[in-house]
Amino acid sequence: MPFSNLTNRLQDTFRKLRARGKLTEKDVDAALREVRLALLEADVNYLVVKDFIAKVKERAVGHQVLESLSPGQQVIKIVHEELTSLMGGTQSKINLASKPPTVIMMVGLQGSGKTTTSGKLALHFKSRGHRPLLVAADIYRPAAIKQLMVVGEQVKVPVFSMGETNPVDIAKAAAAHARAHGNDIVIIDTAGRLHIDAELMQELAEIKNTVNPHEILLIVDSMTGQEAVNVASSFDQQLGVDGVILTKLDGDARGGAALSIKSVTGKPIKFAAMSEKMDGLEVFYPDRMASRILGMGDVLSLIEKAEAAFDEQKARELTEKMRRDEFTLEDFREQLAQIKKMGPLDQLLGMIPGMGRLNQMRDLAVDDSHLKRIEAIINSMTGEERRNPDIIGGSRKRRIAAGSGTSVQDVNRLLKQFNQTRQMMRQFSELEKRGRKGKFNLFR
Amino acid sequence: MLKKLFSKSSKKDDQAEAKLAEEHTDKSQGLEDNVEKETPAGLFARLRQGLAKTRAGFVDRIGQVLSGRSIDDQLFDELEEILIQADVGVTTTLELVERIRRRVEAERITEGGVIKELLKTEITELLSRDHQPLRLPEHTPAAFMVVGVNGVGKTTTIGKLAYRFRQNQAKVVLGAADTFRAAAVDQLRVWANRTGADLIAHQEGADPSAVAFDSVAAAKARKAEVLIIDTAGRLHTKTNLMAELGKVYRVAAKELGRELDEVLLVVDATTGQNALSQAKLFSASVPLTGIVLTKLDGTAKGGIILALANELKLPVKLIGVGEQLWDLQDFDPASFTNALFT
Repeated sequence: MPFSNLTNRLQDTFRKLRARGKLTEKDVDAALREVRLALLEADVNYLVVKDFIAKVKERAVGHQVLESLSPGQQVIKIVHEELTSLMGGTQSKINLASKPPTVIMMVGLQGSGKTTTSGKLALHFKSRGHRPLLVAADIYRPAAIKQLMVVGEQVKVPVFSMGETNPVDIAKAAAAHARAHGNDIVIIDTAGRLHIDAELMQELAEIKNTVNPHEILLIVDSMTGQEAVNVASSFDQQLGVDGVILTKLDGDARGGAALSIKSVTGKPIKFAAMSEKMDGLEVFYPDRMASRILGMGDVLSLIEKAEAAFDEQKARELTEKMRRDEFTLEDFREQLAQIKKMGPLDQLLGMIPGMGRLNQMRDLAVDDSHLKRIEAIINSMTGEERRNPDIIGGSRKRRIAAGSGTSVQDVNRLLKQFNQTRQMMRQFSELEKRGRKGKFNLFR
Repeated sequence: MLKKLFSKSSKKDDQAEAKLAEEHTDKSQGLEDNVEKETPAGLFARLRQGLAKTRAGFVDRIGQVLSGRSIDDQLFDELEEILIQADVGVTTTLELVERIRRRVEAERITEGGVIKELLKTEITELLSRDHQPLRLPEHTPAAFMVVGVNGVGKTTTIGKLAYRFRQNQAKVVLGAADTFRAAAVDQLRVWANRTGADLIAHQEGADPSAVAFDSVAAAKARKAEVLIIDTAGRLHTKTNLMAELGKVYRVAAKELGRELDEVLLVVDATTGQNALSQAKLFSASVPLTGIVLTKLDGTAKGGIILALANELKLPVKLIGVGEQLWDLQDFDPASFTNALFT
């Protein structure tokens, strides 16, 4: 869950604040000391932290705040607003060329995730109706070209490669290839480097001068420490960077890099990359990220995901079935499939407000394999068994367990859960009938 | 022969440099013809060169702050600032500064310049506290496993390790248990070919535990002296992947008939405080024995090395100070601080 540690720290601090009616300057100072420590431990750049604390304090220790009814809330609001503006205000997108192809250069330090992210970006564009082309211009790291080939295959996007020839020639030929083959987006995966490496920097500059990319995206590992700002500024000075993609956000890195880069270099963070799966690329919303930091939950993202995944028609049918007490294991499976469509469970949980605050949640292993097991059990049943689970006796249970690779206990547990759910639904619909209100709707 | 490779001076004084050189002379007897011969001073020079950025961003700044200053609270604040900016971390920074503050009081030091020496002593002391060189088993094969998050340089580290053992004509088996990342096996194969090590690999997507098993079996059957198992990079927060890693280790240890000699966590030197979390969570799944800090030459920071030593008692065993094959060095606290401060 990104930023969870910072979130916890801030929440602890503000719980103390919220408990008081009014705030004195001393209270604000005490809270901001905690905020400062938390931010520093989150690897936020030292100077950025200094600036940030000063700004928040200036706004927090004013009459308005102190005499308002919920001063604690107001401080949170100020911290939130400042965090948001620190990360770049509103989100910014990729600039598409008016005359295709749009050429995007992916640059970054070794191991920041350029190749994987190139694949994700290609998929991002492909699913929006574009025809991207991936270009293998990392000729140094052993097997880097092969890796991009595999990634390209995974997302079904063509990969342009000329083997280990001069990257500048590769880039030039790739642009021509794209024009000839109708690819409207060209993503060039360049070699990773230590940014002190003048020779490789020179090569990047040559590629840039040859193909005139519309976007140069800097890939930054969210686990990067205080160095993040230097990396970003040095790439920017020597090459000119248009935006940043922050990777590995599914780890527990507090991601101070995100807070620092924009404020020091002025370069917006355009995407957030998480998970090793190819669809793990999200548009970066600074305001949502700030909410997440403060433990207010990323409700907007969650709602959007739910809207994308849930079929409204199906939801309505489901409600109808529940009302008539016809909910079967088949419907149960349908529900599971829809939840799965929303993405990995641990990411979903991170978006629910308040979840970050629960200490035990941090250690809780939410994993999707549990869902898979349930699905396997249901899949191993016959249609009749799914519609009428009451007929499942000992022998059927053994067959189902064997068929799904689970144990009889697992099958029992599922049946019990299902019965409980059904009972609950029955109670709901009875309540509803009694109250004659048609408003009880669990899924909407 | 292996013994020489591992043997490492544990002296914590300036002689460590000479020791390093001496040891290196031993090593160069096994050098192949096509490898550039290094002078005895080469290793330390490389270390110094590799740490040039860190020195400029850290020690030189401290020098600027301290020179000609009288000691006051402002000075300690600035020291704190520099340490935090070098990724030393809040906890370790506060501890270090507090120690120096106490010594300044106890020894009635008034001149700022002396603090630099104090800091050097404190840092050497901190790094030496739990220091252990790379472990040398009496038996063969010496079994290593390399773990870490994505993109820290695991495979490259293995390549360099293999190179170093091959320099001594040791028979090396590499186990390609990163069956997940695209082309990881190919990357390791390149290293195996380059260094003349044997590669044990399955198909991409194969069970990593099975690869580990086969690697151990092969190392034993071929009477290899060194076995190094590569694993897929994984974020330490992914419970299932960490459980998988635990299994890979158990399978390897069982087939080996004992614990592995080294389980090394590779950490990128540009990593911030998250390295602590990585080390904690990895050691919950596998018995970590030490840390390899890579890409030190690329960062002005690297202060995370202090936080790791201070808070986790995990010894740093190897450091990567350059891109050349021989730029993976044994970590020695004394020569490290010397290279950093001189």
